[in-house]
Amino acid sequence: MSECSDCRSCGAAAVLEFPGPSAAAAKAVAVIGPPNSGKTTLFNRLTGLRQKVANFPGVTVEQHTGIADLPDGRSIRLIDLPGVYSLSPRSEDEQVAYDVLTGNRADTPKPEAILLVLDSTNLARHLMLAAPILALGVPTLIILNMADDLRNRGGHLDLGKLAAELGAPVALISARQGEGIGQVFDFLAGAMPKPAPRELPVLQDVPKCRQWAGRVGIEAAYRPPLAPKWTRRLDAVFLHPVIGPLVFVAVVFAVFQTIFNAAVPLMDGVKWLFDVSGNWITTALPDSLFRSLIVEGVWKGVGSVVVFLPQVLLLFLFIAILEDSGYLARAALIADRTMAKVGLQGKSFIPLLSAYACAVPAIMSTRTIENRRDRIATILIAPFMTCSARLPVYTLIIAAFIPQRHVLGPFLNTRAAAMLALYVLGFLAAVVTARLLKSSILKTGRTPFLLEMPSYRWPTFQSIGLRLYDRSKVFLRRAGTVILLVTVILWIMANLPTQNGHIPAIENSLAGTIGRTIEPVLKPLGFNWKIGIGLITSLAARETIIATLGTIYGMDPKSHGLDLQNAIHRDLTPGGAVALLVFFAFAMQCISTIAVVRRETGGWKWPILQFTYMSVLAYAGAFVAAHLIR
Amino acid sequence: MQLSGNCSQPEVLSATLVDLRRGDAAILDRIDLPVDDARRLMELGFLPGTRVTAGLSAPGGDPRVFRVDGSEIALRRETARRLKVRIEKASKRDPRV
Repeated sequence: MSECSDCRSCGAAAVLEFPGPSAAAAKAVAVIGPPNSGKTTLFNRLTGLRQKVANFPGVTVEQHTGIADLPDGRSIRLIDLPGVYSLSPRSEDEQVAYDVLTGNRADTPKPEAILLVLDSTNLARHLMLAAPILALGVPTLIILNMADDLRNRGGHLDLGKLAAELGAPVALISARQGEGIGQVFDFLAGAMPKPAPRELPVLQDVPKCRQWAGRVGIEAAYRPPLAPKWTRRLDAVFLHPVIGPLVFVAVVFAVFQTIFNAAVPLMDGVKWLFDVSGNWITTALPDSLFRSLIVEGVWKGVGSVVVFLPQVLLLFLFIAILEDSGYLARAALIADRTMAKVGLQGKSFIPLLSAYACAVPAIMSTRTIENRRDRIATILIAPFMTCSARLPVYTLIIAAFIPQRHVLGPFLNTRAAAMLALYVLGFLAAVVTARLLKSSILKTGRTPFLLEMPSYRWPTFQSIGLRLYDRSKVFLRRAGTVILLVTVILWIMANLPTQNGHIPAIENSLAGTIGRTIEPVLKPLGFNWKIGIGLITSLAARETIIATLGTIYGMDPKSHGLDLQNAIHRDLTPGGAVALLVFFAFAMQCISTIAVVRRETGGWKWPILQFTYMSVLAYAGAFVAAHLIR
Repeated sequence: MQLSGNCSQPEVLSATLVDLRRGDAAILDRIDLPVDDARRLMELGFLPGTRVTAGLSAPGGDPRVFRVDGSEIALRRETARRLKVRIEKASKRDPRV
């Protein structure tokens, strides 16, 4: 990185000029700022619904771009860069921010201007980021956010003097209240006066940068605001040695209850919609293989994923409220010690908890973990948590093989104990895997764990609404692509080759052939080819095995007429049943999870490793179980 | 990496952030961490010569929140141990913490 003295002349002297609406592509402007500066709030305020989320190619950093309309009718393309404390590229986030700002990313145009968002209530420290940004020589507006907070807590500064000291235009705004947004538009329209550029400190030297920032603050007559009274009061409760953990448990319980129970009627509603519309399609189309593909393949497959949407949205509603209000940082603080025992950190807690409902939203929510290695480790262990899709499988097999008896008086019976044991099994696998990962390939080394405690703030409807909107877009887009493709392939495998123009008996279908081909591999686990087909179809989603087995046993003359529970009881030895349970506890039979891991880790490396690891563990675990229990 | 502030009294330097109890303030003297980690801490405000005040903590005292340069940053004990401080002799407990 250059020293700023080199860029004295090139600095902010450049004039912002955007072509009129006739120009083909809108000009790009980057939004950057430290974490907790309200950068995203401003970005949302400027772009509203006109934004897109994607990953920067090749990395896990999420790229938010949006279109902002200027009052004069021109449009500007805004790029929301990740929150960074400095521009020295050490983390992936900082690398992406640095590359975008310097025009070193082929996928993103070099921004023609920068909006630098800083927290006006903590100006001196946040100004340290202004030095490397101004040194880039790109026209920059210094946005001092949270003007309302600064005012209410008795802070003050002289904007004119600050602009003169920085050699860049300055705007004092409140992105949450919409105060002062006009100035941002003025800057984007090129209608803001430009002060003469000033000399900047040597960038590599943090103490010098801080001294410079302090001096600039003094020159601008910056009076820091008083301590945030409400934050202190709330922390006295939320971080109280006794009340704090109780509040934490209550919050955790509320999240768990909501995603587990409150989501159920909504999910049933979605399922009902898909069933009804599926029936409607059935009656609308003539009986044919094509109809079967549409109804049984496409519609059922997509429906089986979309059904999780209410759960995803409720979880993200919770996380958005917890994060925007500032409580998530406190929860992470309280959970940190426990998580540290397995080599993870406090921020992994909520995603792992959510994974008990479904690994997909859980993995999506790991974005709150800034440390990449901790984030990947959390993603890799999340599918071990007993998700709700495993429950129908567990319930069926337990009911078929374990007689109902009391174990500990009336409180715990054998079936509940077996279910509990499976939860514990998954949890232990996660703990062991986490330790394994964190002591080998994902070792964080001695990188210190740093957690900034933001002031408490009321979450805004706009910010939460936009978050839910873009999470559901991401989720549904996947349901419409990867999942659709896989379910269609599975349908083809179960329905081809046709025999005399009819759908083949399941054992003669492609899936049946594969099932019988892999039978020798599954024999040591106590599974026959029917279970084998179930395992293959359950790759789409775990609970699919139930429908598959239902179909197969329904067709089989030996088990025809028996209900599924009795049929499976005849078909499996007790050892095989336990092996099947263990297999489901460990295996990553979920296309949605594989797809989301690929998206969130930015490539195939981690999902392939994870799938292989979990499959090997599932096979080994089932093998041991089948041989221990006879 | 060792970033020294004023270190006229080497004897008093043995204190670290871990030794601060809630409300105690001290002047940060140096950071005994690799360059990159020390830089990250400095960017967050942990600069030698800066006043650091210990705040609330998770149950059990680890991690603990420290107030420095207008921000509140939580550090684990293992990190706080690497931040050497000079306890202000005249310092009174900050009643607001």
